[in-house]
Amino acid sequence: MPGVSTPGFSACPACAVAPAAEDLAQRAEQTAAAGAAGRLMLSLPTAHCATCMSTVERGLRAVPGVRDARVNLTLKRVAVEAAPGVDAAQLIEVLAGLGYEAHELDPGVLSATEADRQGRDLLMRLGVAGFAMMNVMLLSVAVWSGAEAETRDLFHWISALIALPTVAFAGQPFFRSALAALKARRLGMDVPISLAILLAAGLSLFETIEGGRHAYFDAAVSLTFFLLAGRYLDHRTRAVARSAAQELAALEVPRALRLRDGQEAEVPIAELRVGDLIRLRPGGRAPADGVVTEGASELDRSLLTGESLPSQAAPGTHVSAGEVNLTGPLILRVTAAGRDSALYRMADLVAVAESAKNKYTSLADRAARIYAPGVHLLSLVAFLGWLWISGDLRLAVNIAVAVLIITCPCALGLAVPAVVTAASGRLFRKGLLIKDGTALERLAEVDAVVFDKTGTLTLGTPEPMNLGDHPTADLQLAAALAQGSSHPLARALAQRVAARGLTPVAVTDLREVPGYGVEGRWQGRRVRLGRAEWLQASPEAATATYLDTGAGTPRAFTFTDRLRPGAEAAVRGLAAQGKAVHLISGDSPAAVRAMAERLGIARWQAGALPADKAARLAEMAAEGHKVLMVGDGLNDTAALAAAHVSVSPASALDAARVASDIVLLGTDLAPLAEAAHLSRRAVRRIKENFAISAAYNLIAVPIALMGLATPLAAALAMSASSITVSLNALRLR
Amino acid sequence: MDVLAYLIPISLFLGAIGLAGFFWTLRHRQYEDPDGDAQRILSDEWDEHPKP
Repeated sequence: MPGVSTPGFSACPACAVAPAAEDLAQRAEQTAAAGAAGRLMLSLPTAHCATCMSTVERGLRAVPGVRDARVNLTLKRVAVEAAPGVDAAQLIEVLAGLGYEAHELDPGVLSATEADRQGRDLLMRLGVAGFAMMNVMLLSVAVWSGAEAETRDLFHWISALIALPTVAFAGQPFFRSALAALKARRLGMDVPISLAILLAAGLSLFETIEGGRHAYFDAAVSLTFFLLAGRYLDHRTRAVARSAAQELAALEVPRALRLRDGQEAEVPIAELRVGDLIRLRPGGRAPADGVVTEGASELDRSLLTGESLPSQAAPGTHVSAGEVNLTGPLILRVTAAGRDSALYRMADLVAVAESAKNKYTSLADRAARIYAPGVHLLSLVAFLGWLWISGDLRLAVNIAVAVLIITCPCALGLAVPAVVTAASGRLFRKGLLIKDGTALERLAEVDAVVFDKTGTLTLGTPEPMNLGDHPTADLQLAAALAQGSSHPLARALAQRVAARGLTPVAVTDLREVPGYGVEGRWQGRRVRLGRAEWLQASPEAATATYLDTGAGTPRAFTFTDRLRPGAEAAVRGLAAQGKAVHLISGDSPAAVRAMAERLGIARWQAGALPADKAARLAEMAAEGHKVLMVGDGLNDTAALAAAHVSVSPASALDAARVASDIVLLGTDLAPLAEAAHLSRRAVRRIKENFAISAAYNLIAVPIALMGLATPLAAALAMSASSITVSLNALRLR
Repeated sequence: MDVLAYLIPISLFLGAIGLAGFFWTLRHRQYEDPDGDAQRILSDEWDEHPKP
């Protein structure tokens, strides 16, 4: 069942990473096209009620240029119809003002409508099967309660008329995947299912023609119905997960500004060649690896290396694709583009990690592996046994089919999807998106957790520490200077000072000195805010920026990386569940130690390169640990792919999200601990469900083998077990 | 038992109407946001017409 219906992407993150990176440019064009059509999609992880819906819709409709906005609460997203000039960033800001967190989704929703069509198709088959089941059941009840001779034959004929087209139409998904399984020389769950449906229908038709007593039309149809229900639940869970996780807008730059003969032109990254000159504006992400030829600035390397401190860039500095230019414009000479760039090398690392990873066999597959041959063997034994005892071929076939129908995995087919739907529905409401069907099962086995620091445990945004130590006048001056820069430290400083209710003083001649800081004139003095060496200040151990008021020694503003909300709760919760918590970061030892101490994590490692992280995870796996990796950067991607199960926040880089099994939609990290707990309960429920369906079989199979099973008994066993299993799954909600 | 000759077609016909109705709702995408629809009924904003 799962093996056949899994649409590749979740089975192998690496396969998804490489193409994802490849058709970036293509996707950008789609995005542009959809943007022109004026359709925007935003993910709304925190929306949950009627008021949220009307607040969001009213708020968005009030934005000039927005024609319509409609929230879909099931998918937690909002679709906006807007004039071409309206962009997502603007709407996200409006929503933030209303108190709702929002992320942009890739509006090239082609894949989503595709998945949706599949869902509608399944639902239609389910409806047909349900309609047929009710009618055939009504007719069957008449037969069971004693209709004789012609009446019985008439009812059987009418049932045949309804059931045969229904089976032919509604059973197609099973027949198709059974055929695919047989072609691949496997025996999936769909083979016994298709065999049971087809044999039940065929035998019943034969018995009807012969005027026999027993027809299993109701069984054939209700089997189809229950199994389609399981299949639909399965599809739904996956469709919800796929749509949001896959469409969170890519962070990579699809285009670059190329300089040629003094002319500047925007070109797709794919067209960049080694030796090209490209311009990198402040705030932009480097599209290719290169060396700085002109300009001075600072670079945010955190997504690639995990370093929280920006590093300085001057002519000669190497820049890797994916790094963000912070302060001044830079001109780069491309040294490696496309496949050779650091970004792609990282993707290769993921592919290696992925191929080394053992393929996990889901519980359902394991059950099917024992179950499918068992069922076939049992009916064969029944057939041969009765043929030998009675010598009556028709009786033997009848009993063999009864065995096949009764053992048919209705309950088994529902056992896993019903639980996974209930569990992932609950997690989705908490802001966790399960991308892979088996992620819950794998999460339940986890005994160690590895966190990345920058961007995962922290938000990757700095927070000033010692504002209280400075006089108000200095704060106002610092804020005034900070406003002149888009450097993260400056922005944080301006924001926090404003939050204290202080207004910045008026500074004239405000000018950013790229790579160093900001300077201006205030009360006739030259004032500066920036790096220690620029101001000739004595550098602090912590991340800091310095203020030179033109009088006295420069003052230091120290910063720390802001902790992600719920980080403490998540670490505490996971530790309380007996899991070993580790912190592995590419950042400096001092910063990592401070974070580990703050969160009470005893095991930490600093300065880890991407390959180190993946190696450490492989090492832990070799020691027999099942590791949960939580990370967000490109430097974590290989580790995410190598881990037993992996989680990344919605703010993570595209490749990291693709490589991970679970995506945290909100900013809050706290649901992680609960997810680990819930996954254990879900797996317990799945196992209970297997036990329940086995118990039904234990009672029903001997009856069928003895030749005592009637269509009524088969219908009872089937319905009762399916309903029990579904109710058991619902206890999770 | 002659009554069966009418009753069975009638019951099948009524069932088929239900099925046709289900197809109609399906084609008009009424199952895309079950959670939202359950909440929207509580909203005090209402309109006389569907959007043009």
